[in-house]
Amino acid sequence: MTATLPVLTPKDFASDQEIRWCPRCGDYSILAQMKKVLPTLGIPKENFVFVSGIGCSSRFPYYVDTYGFHSIHGRAPAIATGIKTSRPDLQVWVITGDGDALSIGGNHLMHMLRRNVNLKVILFNNQIYGLTKGQYSPTSPVGVKTKSSPYGSVDNALSPLCYAIGSEATFVARAIDVDIKHLTMVLERAAQHQGTAFVEVYQDCNVFNHDAFLYATDKSVKGDHILYLEHGKPLTFGQTVKKGIRLNGATPEVVELGKGISEDDLLFHDEKSADPSLAFLLSRFKHPVFPEPLGIFRNVVAPVYDDQVNKQLEAEVAKKGQGDFDKLFHSGDTWIVE
Amino acid sequence: MSSTDVLSPEPTPAAPKRREERDSVVIRFCGDSGDGMQLVGTQFTNVSASFGNDVSTLPDFPAEIRAPQGTLAGVSGFQLNFSSHDIFTPGDEVDTLVAMNPAALKTNLPDLKRGGTLIVNTDEFDKGNLQKAGYATSPLEDGDILSKYQIHKVAMTRLNRDAVSGLGLSMKDQDRSRNLFALGLVYWLYDRDRTPTEQWIQDKFKKKPDVVEANLRALRGGFNYGFSTESFTTHYAVPKAKLSSGEYRKITGNEAVAWGLAAAARLAGKSLFFGGYPITPASDILHTLSELKNFGIRTFQAEDEIAAMASVCGAAFAGEIAVTASSGPGICLKGEAMGLGVMTELPMIIVNVQRGGPSTGLPTKTEQSDLLLSFYGRNGDSPIPIVAASSPGDCFHLMIEAVRMAVDFMTPVVFLSDGYIANGSEPWSIPKFADLKPIEVKHPSGRPADAEGTADDFLPYLRNEKGARPWAIPGTPGLEHRIGGLEKADITGNVDYSANNHHKMVMNRINKVAGIANHIPLQTVEGPESGKLLIISWGGTFGAVRTAVQQSLKNGKSVAHAHLRYMNPFPKNLGEIVKRYEKVLIPELNAGQLSLLIRGKFLVDAQGLNKIQGKPFLVSEVVRKIDEMLES
Repeated sequence: MTATLPVLTPKDFASDQEIRWCPRCGDYSILAQMKKVLPTLGIPKENFVFVSGIGCSSRFPYYVDTYGFHSIHGRAPAIATGIKTSRPDLQVWVITGDGDALSIGGNHLMHMLRRNVNLKVILFNNQIYGLTKGQYSPTSPVGVKTKSSPYGSVDNALSPLCYAIGSEATFVARAIDVDIKHLTMVLERAAQHQGTAFVEVYQDCNVFNHDAFLYATDKSVKGDHILYLEHGKPLTFGQTVKKGIRLNGATPEVVELGKGISEDDLLFHDEKSADPSLAFLLSRFKHPVFPEPLGIFRNVVAPVYDDQVNKQLEAEVAKKGQGDFDKLFHSGDTWIVE
Repeated sequence: MSSTDVLSPEPTPAAPKRREERDSVVIRFCGDSGDGMQLVGTQFTNVSASFGNDVSTLPDFPAEIRAPQGTLAGVSGFQLNFSSHDIFTPGDEVDTLVAMNPAALKTNLPDLKRGGTLIVNTDEFDKGNLQKAGYATSPLEDGDILSKYQIHKVAMTRLNRDAVSGLGLSMKDQDRSRNLFALGLVYWLYDRDRTPTEQWIQDKFKKKPDVVEANLRALRGGFNYGFSTESFTTHYAVPKAKLSSGEYRKITGNEAVAWGLAAAARLAGKSLFFGGYPITPASDILHTLSELKNFGIRTFQAEDEIAAMASVCGAAFAGEIAVTASSGPGICLKGEAMGLGVMTELPMIIVNVQRGGPSTGLPTKTEQSDLLLSFYGRNGDSPIPIVAASSPGDCFHLMIEAVRMAVDFMTPVVFLSDGYIANGSEPWSIPKFADLKPIEVKHPSGRPADAEGTADDFLPYLRNEKGARPWAIPGTPGLEHRIGGLEKADITGNVDYSANNHHKMVMNRINKVAGIANHIPLQTVEGPESGKLLIISWGGTFGAVRTAVQQSLKNGKSVAHAHLRYMNPFPKNLGEIVKRYEKVLIPELNAGQLSLLIRGKFLVDAQGLNKIQGKPFLVSEVVRKIDEMLES
């Protein structure tokens, strides 16, 4: 390692490629925040790798001036696992979307998460297939009318975070493309996590699914529809009236504060809880019945796959010495022909 | 150790025994899939190889781990040929057949040579087992069988129980050692040294002294039975073979693939990344490599074949010698990511241990039916170099060449093996690692972090004289670049869909692979340089075809043999070779895949000899076809 790293700025991470997302696509914001976060991580530029699958979001690697691999549909987690396992010195980011990660790539996503490979995963969730021009995705709500569901989709929708928590994810978070400061914070936290960091970003596809997240972004109403998670703090929200989440037995309920209910009666957030039940409970909160939580749902320490793989190698070398081929070839029965 | 001797402490033969010499012998052990036939076959092979015979083996087992006991579907066999001269095949006809039950007898008897030795365990020929095998009456009473073979009816189960009694083992555990009784008997019959197997038993079961004792008693019991009983009047010796001098070991194709990969990575000064998913008959490659962690080998057991191949693309990008191994159905799933390897022009190895297809097909049986899949099984014009090993030991050296090709030309390479090569074994002349030719790998160096210049002056698709692009790996300052599955602009590697660029890039990839022909060995021919008949074979049929050609040449026939190891591109003199002969014959374990390619490429009226039975060629089948073609 060099003693001093060159000072990097967001500009250093801008590639020379023309960005081909639609004007006002939510992807621009995520790219901008990423370029802000990368120079702050103390990692040399050449040690970043961005891996993506297929879809609008997956064009992302072309627009950051790091090593990048724009791969095939759904397989980015597997490709990134190959990179990270063999090269633990690199920081590897996976950029994916709701179709890429949860439909065609659902299997790889699950196994990356349960292995806890040291990868940073950003899932751009716009609840639609954008690149193929507007079919319903695994996160599209039931009833949505799209090109491939002219009478309304009958597919039940999946929550990316429920899936991640169920797959033993050790870091699970959610942000919104337009809440820049919060998104930056989440990306930073993801970068710092040891293990798979899984971040869902609500992202507006302004061409095929515009305003799917209006309830969570419209300043006049969003206070009642989203809830910012803070570790060790009670779950509160509310546009005008201060509300909170209370547990009634094992069932969460929305309550108004005051009238005998104080913050002490509310559910407190604990992102470090070893038991994923609280994180899972929060991941089930769905508009309009509950406010949808933003922030870090879960952030726990667990053995990291690539560390473990490489430790096994080191341990074997320490025990047996660097592999000797002549010894290997002569192991077992051999015989000499004169 | 007289206590372990069975029939008497010092057995004496009932009659004096003759000892005769044999040049070469084929034995097949067969029984139920739980009877331990693979184990005894392997032991006999090891003992014979260590003694100095040339050996060739053919394990044959059902896809089910334990098919219903006693049924035809559950029969497992192990055939081996051991010889005092060079052999290339496990043998056409069986000289000695050991059948542990009626089902085994029924499925294997057709392969026993007329007049051959048949040893049966009569205790298993009860009504129930006869019925399961579909015998209405006992074949052991069948006059036709009795007259055709030298039959030895041995009450193996009972004799073995007597041998191991008094050890406090359950009946089931007693019967477990029955296979070693059979092995001991055959050891006596072929004058083999028991000691290596006794040593193996002691090592293998060292934590279970009663099992050691039972197995030793069983082995010696069988041996002494042969020595003492009147039934066996003659035993046979097969002298040592005259192999080239040097040190040898036994190796299977899958072991040789794994070791070849490990050695190639070291020769390239790199670590090996293996991404795989369990599949018959390729899994042993994963098993072998996963033990070699102190050789710097990382094995990743992926969630599926697709992820295995994708992880290999990632590891190749990261600068590893990256490899996957699978069989037909798995290779189909890998096709998309193999195409990504073609588009991104990264070095990687895809091993296909071919088995019977299509679909799940015949998982444990051999076939050569994935040649066209290797050539054409991807979307677009997607050229991949292909090599095919011709024997178990050949896998080692050919694998090193495959890795060299992959990094020299920056391309995925398909390495074809098959079930027969993978599980078969042969003596392998042990190389000295220092004698193996290093593999040169060049990564462009970056510039210091404080140097001037924009990052974008690195050209990831600028080709060298071989058509290969630079292998710039993450972590190199100043060479940050993006690759992917979209069409690349020539030289810069930026995304480019323009018409002329696409045409040019497709041709660049095709020409790069075609150009490898200038760097591989010329095709050699065994037999006359021109004449009536040329046989072209590839892969695991080498042994049978070479033996057939040698026999025919000895009989004065005009026949030559070109065995291909380089399938794509073909050696550059192949076209000229095929035109020197009046007729061309292509024997393959498929419906004519190489034939299609040779006919298409060289406009020659090649004829096929096609066998699609999950079994290798018999020498006699090839000889017969040679005769037929020379006569017509």
